[in-house]
Amino acid sequence: MQTFSPVLIGSGGFWMPPQASTFAPNTDALFHFILWLCAIFFAGLMGATAYFGWKYKKRSDADRTSPIRGNHKLEIVWSVIPGLLLLVIFGWGFAGYREMIVAPPNAINMHITGQKWSWTMTYPNGGEDGNRLVVPINEPVKLTMSSIDVIHSFFVPAFRVKRDVIPNRYTTIWFQATELGSYPIYCTEYCGDRHSEMIGHVDVVTREEYETYLRGLAGCSEGDDLVACGERQFQRLGCGACHSVVPGQRIVGPSLAQVFGHEVSLTDGTTLTADEDYLRQSIMDPNSQIVEGFAPQMPTFAGRLDGVNLAAVIEYIKSLQ
Amino acid sequence: MASIAETHTGPHDGGHHESYLTAKRGIASWLTTVDHKRIGVMYLASILFFFFVGGVAALLVRTELLNPGKDLVEHAVYNQLFTLHGAIMVFLFIVPSIPASLGNIVLPLMLGAKDVAFPKMNLASYYFYVVGAILFILTIVLGGLDTGWTFYAPYSTTTSTSVISATFGAFVLGFSSIFTGINFLVTIHKMRAPGMTWDRMPLMVWALYATSLIQVLATPVIAITLLLLICERTFGIGIFDPALGGDPVLFQHFFWFYSHPVVYVMILPGFGVISELVTVHSRKGIFGYMAIAISSVAIAFIGFLVWGHHMFVAGESSLAATVFSFLTFAVAVPTAIKVFSWIATMYGGSIRYTTPMYYVFVFLFLFSIGGLTGLFLGALAVDVQMHDTYFVVAHFHYVMMGGTFIAFLGGLFHWWPKFTGKMYDERLGKLSAVLVFIGFNVTFFTQFVLGSRGMPRRYYTYQPQFHTLHEISTIGSYILTAGLLVALVTFIKSLKSGEKATANPWNGMTLEWHTESPPIEHNFAEQPICRRGPYDFPEIDESAAGARH
Repeated sequence: MQTFSPVLIGSGGFWMPPQASTFAPNTDALFHFILWLCAIFFAGLMGATAYFGWKYKKRSDADRTSPIRGNHKLEIVWSVIPGLLLLVIFGWGFAGYREMIVAPPNAINMHITGQKWSWTMTYPNGGEDGNRLVVPINEPVKLTMSSIDVIHSFFVPAFRVKRDVIPNRYTTIWFQATELGSYPIYCTEYCGDRHSEMIGHVDVVTREEYETYLRGLAGCSEGDDLVACGERQFQRLGCGACHSVVPGQRIVGPSLAQVFGHEVSLTDGTTLTADEDYLRQSIMDPNSQIVEGFAPQMPTFAGRLDGVNLAAVIEYIKSLQ
Repeated sequence: MASIAETHTGPHDGGHHESYLTAKRGIASWLTTVDHKRIGVMYLASILFFFFVGGVAALLVRTELLNPGKDLVEHAVYNQLFTLHGAIMVFLFIVPSIPASLGNIVLPLMLGAKDVAFPKMNLASYYFYVVGAILFILTIVLGGLDTGWTFYAPYSTTTSTSVISATFGAFVLGFSSIFTGINFLVTIHKMRAPGMTWDRMPLMVWALYATSLIQVLATPVIAITLLLLICERTFGIGIFDPALGGDPVLFQHFFWFYSHPVVYVMILPGFGVISELVTVHSRKGIFGYMAIAISSVAIAFIGFLVWGHHMFVAGESSLAATVFSFLTFAVAVPTAIKVFSWIATMYGGSIRYTTPMYYVFVFLFLFSIGGLTGLFLGALAVDVQMHDTYFVVAHFHYVMMGGTFIAFLGGLFHWWPKFTGKMYDERLGKLSAVLVFIGFNVTFFTQFVLGSRGMPRRYYTYQPQFHTLHEISTIGSYILTAGLLVALVTFIKSLKSGEKATANPWNGMTLEWHTESPPIEHNFAEQPICRRGPYDFPEIDESAAGARH
């Protein structure tokens, strides 16, 4: 369908982003079909406007104008023909949409969790990653998505898929990637301060790379350095979206550098020295102790981080001195 | 001069009756007036003020987007600015714009009536508007609003900004809309001049009739929805917030059940204005009077059945999405018929290149793009890609600003001599139209490309590949502003030193041109009688072959 596009830039043409899923060619073909239809109609409308505007410009006060006040044949023609073309667009759009909503039964199942302002991807082996979705090329992948705070929307322009991610129900999308590479994931439902930075990416890789990646995702295991593993968890959970590890740098929440062992002032007026228990409670029940000058908006990580992985994150924060 | 009325009222008996502007004096005489023309003027001043406020917010938004990252303000302020821009432009400007200002002044004049059916209710409508506007201003003082004009739950039930004052403001503004709607419906049914049958009503009146129907039927739904939202925030009653057992998608259904029909409240009066302008300045009868009149009512009706097209990817069922997509294409047909008819009206005419006619050309160009790009969004598979991107932003600006706002401005130029009794500088007026046309396209056409390439809306910062297009768009917004300032200067200059306008500077046939400019307090010195159609211009050569079909 490349031949439809007016200027060729990348596989999506002038108008569309690169094509990297099985949906892209059909969506783009329909887009360009409508585009050309619109261009032809628009040229016709404006051509007639310009011609009448020139031809029937007022010449003198003695001008006489036409008594035509309608023409049923013409009115029927210009109702029925656009009507039929609209039916074609509707049918084509519906056909593409039907493919998007019915995932093939052999699709790989992954879960996506949206929260202000990061994505968490959960893989079939239970491994998790933050803001990074790794999928094998040429295999169908089905995403089951939910939010733990407000509505977000999961949009991968290169795949031509988008679906809102809602707090009280699962929504799903599926796709089959066709080009190796890395493509942005945008949040497209406004979700507050850092909405425009709730960006992840999809890495389309070979089957072998996908399997290697999955093996590396597991939590901390024997022989792991606890701090190094904690840093991995920190990244995978997207903590860095709100918390800097540079001393004093404010993103949305407070910086986590030079917190452990230091004095912290809370909004209720009390002051305490940050110890392991303070860190643990701030992760499990974040809104119970709000640092002075910040708003209570961090979601809880209870149920998503426990045992050795929680200990590792705490050790990592302790190491940030 | 020929006219659709045959009584002998008009400029020649001047002196016995004072114009509505000077009949009474003092601020109090304005604030307590029940004269539809004065209420219309107060509405006009108020909506223009809020257009200015919303416009400044838009310029700040565009300037912030000149580069990725911070140019002017922080995230939180940016989010408040785009919310302010949207909420003010929708609730305080565009919904009341044509009906409550231009419509209020011309409707009774066009019908040959002394006033609207319920003059006090008309004044009450204005005061509801004022209270709603104060609540919006209060919102800015109380910590702003950062939900977007759509108030989507559960973000709106959990944000710390001042949601309650803003939603209550929108709630009160709803009453102002309903009051105007009821008033217009009754006025059109009961107060037409003798001889003005339904098929002799100007198309502006038909458009206001269809608009009023929607206002009266749809506004209560948003009022209830906003009250429920206030209950949820204040008393913790779970309706929309899942944390309290509610459903956020329900909010979206309620919200769009009102807010989609309201799109037609915004655009239908614009259609009405264009029908008047294109006929008067082409000296031609409208092509397909009944088709245009009936299609307004058809759009109003089908407009109630397409709200789900805002929610194709929002979690509504696939079946619902399919039905809504189909109905959306159904509403495209009557809209296309109108555009075809306006263009066909110019055929065989004697077109005068006045400022209002310039705005008709601008409207036809911009609204055609706005309408046609709606086809992309109605098609399910393509909407999945375009939803909540700049493509949508561009589309609705082409419809709302390129359509309604341009029609409003064209209408303001058209009826300005009638409202004020002053002519304006045609060269300045035309210059404003040209600058607005260029600036508008530079600003918003780029946004179609941004959107189709994947740029999401409501973003404070963006990825580097979108930089150039954002720069172009921002520069366009400055050109657009310059055009609007030229229009403002044109009006101010006219008020200060404009030539005196005659009763009928455009030789219009409708009844508002059949009284003095500005009109006398009670509109007509004696009851006009309607004997012809609204577009039976003397230039029309009725004897030409093949006259009627």
